Amino acid sequence: MNKRLLYRDHLAQWLIYLAVLTVSAVFIWILSDLTRGGITHLSWDFLTESPHDAGRSGGIGPILISTFWILLVALTAALPLAWTAAILLAEFVSSSSRFGIIVRFSLQVLAGVPSIVFGLFGNAFFSIYLGMGFSILSGGLTLACMLLPILVSTAKAGLCAVPQSYRLSAAALGMSKTASLIHLLLPAAAPALAAGLLLGIGRAIAETAALIFTSGYVDRVPGSLLDSGRALALHIFDLSMNVPGGDQPAYASALVLVALLLCINILVIKFAYGLQRKRIMPV
Amino acid sequence: MIWSKRNILFFSVTDKLVLIVLRLGAVIAALVMLLILIFLLTESWPALIQITPTRFLTDASWHPLESTYNLTPMFSGTLLASVGALVLAIPLGLASALFIVFYASARLATSYRRLIELLAGIPSVVFGFWGLTTLVPLITQLHPPGASLLAAILVLTLMILPTITLTAFSAPQAVPDEFLRGATALGLSRWGMISGVALPAARIGIVAGIILAAGRAIGETMAVLMVAGNVVQHPAGLFDPIRTLAANIALEMAYAMGDHRAVLFVTGFLLMLLIIILAVAADWLKKNSQDWSASS
Repeated sequence: MNKRLLYRDHLAQWLIYLAVLTVSAVFIWILSDLTRGGITHLSWDFLTESPHDAGRSGGIGPILISTFWILLVALTAALPLAWTAAILLAEFVSSSSRFGIIVRFSLQVLAGVPSIVFGLFGNAFFSIYLGMGFSILSGGLTLACMLLPILVSTAKAGLCAVPQSYRLSAAALGMSKTASLIHLLLPAAAPALAAGLLLGIGRAIAETAALIFTSGYVDRVPGSLLDSGRALALHIFDLSMNVPGGDQPAYASALVLVALLLCINILVIKFAYGLQRKRIMPV
Repeated sequence: MIWSKRNILFFSVTDKLVLIVLRLGAVIAALVMLLILIFLLTESWPALIQITPTRFLTDASWHPLESTYNLTPMFSGTLLASVGALVLAIPLGLASALFIVFYASARLATSYRRLIELLAGIPSVVFGFWGLTTLVPLITQLHPPGASLLAAILVLTLMILPTITLTAFSAPQAVPDEFLRGATALGLSRWGMISGVALPAARIGIVAGIILAAGRAIGETMAVLMVAGNVVQHPAGLFDPIRTLAANIALEMAYAMGDHRAVLFVTGFLLMLLIIILAVAADWLKKNSQDWSASS
């Protein structure tokens, strides 16, 4: 190998190491910034109390409750639809049939729609056309639309990763399609379903843009699903943009949100580890 | 209990019922897409019939309350922020992917990949908040006002980098080992092997990842809104504040009425079309990329 090539190799190597170091350093920078800014403000009282003075003092109790309800509505609406669609696409309909192509294409398109457009749609359809107003129900259903593609693609990939021999053996034993689904395929794909569910939860609690014009800003404990409720991500946005002097509680809320998401993502990695991760982790 | 049957060539009654339920679920899931399109179109209809599309480009300015709807500053803001972010994120993302596949030990590669996956999991509002409290003050020291195109580019870079790395890293990984062994046997150096064999073979997968990342950058709303300054103008430099199309929707929806509201829906519709085109292109590329494993 001549000298020039050797230099080029070393240069490439150092550039790549430099890029990797930069990315790692920035990641650690973000996390340490959030921790440093938020940890002093964080306490049990902060997690349970109501916000006062537009969030400058007090806690995030009602906001956590609203976030939970929005999440619950979204999952209740999205899970049955997503998992039935996934089972149908993976087990019953060949991917080259017209029905399969249409469903897959529309889900693929849905996956690309930016969250602010979901917000526009949710505002026009759920809040105004269906008359739900700014409410947890409206926000949750908007999120449900957003979660559909990710729930379908993870569940479908999980089912497709179950070895073909399972299906053949079930058929050879004379099991009906339904029985083999319930007793064999779904249990085998359970880790993938769980990973998909967790990914969906992560997406939902990280979402802001789709919720501004659907679930609203009210920071009280919601009395019913038709009440407006402020999600945690939206609380951070509001504190940092609209409330002068709201940085401290915003740091603490951001820390809570990131900690939640990190836990969820670590769980996802755990669940997905045994399976072929590449196939069930959408990018 | 386990239902068995005499003849596996036909669906049993239970199977048929289950199939009906499944079909119903899938049809509803597919209809959501149609519903979104219909509602975006009906809401933007008033603007589409009353305002000729060229007015979005030729009106004097963006003053929706005085019925002037020039969208070009937002177009240029979106374009510059996305292109800037891509310029930074492509080398960093590709270098990260190459590090994982070719340079790092197995252990280090796994932990670095986890780090990238966790970076992908940080919500956009937290990126925005971090940008607002950390990056913007730093940029202000360099050149006020701080909230600027540069801040938007930096935050977007962090957000789309994982997309590029995670798609790009599966592409060179799919290059079969004999290609690489052949390259080594021919006496190619490591970088020679990467640039001469691995990257060309993985080219299409990498481009698909970049297209997906571009879609994310264009559609990103909250993080950009929080750091970009949101002044409607054609930026003259990196330190000028900008407003993107998506941020414009989030900023003005709260008080928009009539035609103004309809115009915001038009921009939402445009954003969606653009990103759908990008997503379909990326998917088409992925499907048509050469499957090396099949040929070996």
